Amino acid sequence: MLKDKVALVTGGSRGIGRAICLELAEQGAKVVVNYAGSQAAAEEVVALIKEKGGEAVAVQGDVAVYADAEKMVSATTETFGRIDILVNNAGITRDNLLIRMKEDEWDAVLNTNLKGVFNVTKAAARPMMKQRVGRIINITSVVGLMGNPGQANYVSAKAGVIGLTKSNAKELASRGITVNAVAPGYIETDMTDNLGDDVKGKLFEAIPLSRLGRPEDIANAVSFLASDRSGYITGQVLTVDGGMVM
Amino acid sequence: MSAEIMERVKNIVVDRLGVEASDVTLEASFKEDLGADSLDVVELVMELEDEFDMEISDEDAEKINTVGDVVTYIASHK
Repeated sequence: MLKDKVALVTGGSRGIGRAICLELAEQGAKVVVNYAGSQAAAEEVVALIKEKGGEAVAVQGDVAVYADAEKMVSATTETFGRIDILVNNAGITRDNLLIRMKEDEWDAVLNTNLKGVFNVTKAAARPMMKQRVGRIINITSVVGLMGNPGQANYVSAKAGVIGLTKSNAKELASRGITVNAVAPGYIETDMTDNLGDDVKGKLFEAIPLSRLGRPEDIANAVSFLASDRSGYITGQVLTVDGGMVM
Repeated sequence: MSAEIMERVKNIVVDRLGVEASDVTLEASFKEDLGADSLDVVELVMELEDEFDMEISDEDAEKINTVGDVVTYIASHK
């Protein structure tokens, strides 16, 4: 489905990003696995892809820093000659009650989860505009649609990503670039393991398909949006959450 | 020098914006006379950067209005 396409996945070493890298490679894409700190995990993803006969490289870079964003995009175009797919997946949490939330907790999450999407998209838009084709998929979250106590920073960033998705979709449409968002619900990853039991309990009760999501559930949606089959879809938010938000 | 630059700029503008070569004069404004939108101008700048192997900063790019602006800029930064 993605034969010979070139993809850059930010935060590709662990969790949902890891599953996205593996799935895109499975579908035939050449993958650049970006990581901020987890080099060993990123190299493992690359090794797994190569084992199956795919092509991949790991590239370090912090999406919150514009120079790093440019670096990872140029690493992509230099290694594989182009960039067809950008998955803005990198994200962090610094959960706290509003009343207790420190300014640096707010800033860190907004810088990585929202400004990071702006940075890498801006850097990737240039080569994509020249190619007259591109797929940008932003990973947001259902909490960006419905709010969540204890996550004022994370929810604000994820809601911001939805606005950015729509704005970029309109701006880049005439150049053959589509921009969509995938909003995962409650997915089993390191990030959700850190949620408090009270938060988990409330979320779990509200899932009609009554199971947690798997990273692969998100990766499948991303791989569809990255393919030629989604050419008439742009500016949309696809929730993959077991029916939690309708 | 400027005449040669003008010729290369003209070719790119004609190709990119689909206008007649005779319309691409030094005084012609990209947006008002040549029908370019803001994104067209951004792309034009990207293509000029490749053609002349130079970098035009966002700040300078924003000041570009006419074909003459481009030719002058390239001539003085080459």
